[in-house]
Amino acid sequence: MYRFAVIVFPGSNCDHDCYHAVKHVLGEGCEFVWHEEEDLSRFDAVIVPGGFSYGDYLRTGAIASLSPVMKAVADFASNGGPVIGICNGFQILVEAGLLPGALIRNSSLQFVCKWVDIRVERNDTPFTYNLEVGDILRIPVAHGEGNYFTTDEGIKTLKDESRVVFRYVTPEGEASPEANPNGSIDNIAGICSEEGNVLGLMPHPERCAEELLGGEDGRLIFESIISWLDAGRDKRQRAEIPAMKADA
Amino acid sequence: MKEYRVKVEVKLKPVVLDPQGKSILSALRNLGFGEVEDARIGKLIELTIKDGSADNVEERVTEMCRKLLSNHVIENFDVKVEEKNV
Repeated sequence: MYRFAVIVFPGSNCDHDCYHAVKHVLGEGCEFVWHEEEDLSRFDAVIVPGGFSYGDYLRTGAIASLSPVMKAVADFASNGGPVIGICNGFQILVEAGLLPGALIRNSSLQFVCKWVDIRVERNDTPFTYNLEVGDILRIPVAHGEGNYFTTDEGIKTLKDESRVVFRYVTPEGEASPEANPNGSIDNIAGICSEEGNVLGLMPHPERCAEELLGGEDGRLIFESIISWLDAGRDKRQRAEIPAMKADA
Repeated sequence: MKEYRVKVEVKLKPVVLDPQGKSILSALRNLGFGEVEDARIGKLIELTIKDGSADNVEERVTEMCRKLLSNHVIENFDVKVEEKNV
């Protein structure tokens, strides 16, 4: 059984959904970790959940990114451990500098809460390990500031390094403006770190991890993390992702 | 003992789309202010700083902007220091 950490900030509100998905749907170990904790070395994977940490004051994720636990998240990530930031968790990872760019107000100015289709752009990350490039997942989004922005230079780097993991697409798989719920550059729904072990995405896989919730595609992302952990060091080295601290 | 009032203006970079500004622009034009060419929204942060030897107020506030008050990916900032004797 693997140990997942779900980081809890004042204002997190998807923490229990993530806990439920990991613990009850997938049957893995899961623990809430208060943002004042400074050590994550006992975990195999870290989830930075969605919500409205610190009321979105100043900028979404800005205050939470300075919490003591974020230093531990950075250490965990630099040791190769898988870190997934969902929605506000993505915003926090960006503000913390673990992922590049910024998430700004949706181009519509509206809070967008709906099902979207996202296309898998690479499957050599811990989060897409069981998926194929081109697979389309149906996952809900719920955010007011999910419009991914980066500089021209930044977008070039993301493309050159294949760091876009998910794009918003039509059900047929086309990354068109109509499929883009928030105005994100290049229909970006999720990106990863240079090493691939840190993912940020706006859609909520924990909200569709079982049929009762209207869809199960989100489970594929969590199951991928587990399969990736199962595959162990050899496979990871092949993917040129540094070994996890837990293996050391 | 000197007290400083510092105004920090945080503005979206020109290259960043500002949908709030666009909405205001459109609302102003609907009100008959057709002369408005553009509208951009920013933030004003006012700081009160107490430091007897604060010849480095601007430098310190600039550091605050870099570390927290602004996000360099999307925003520019401007620091204005006003001196006030207490």
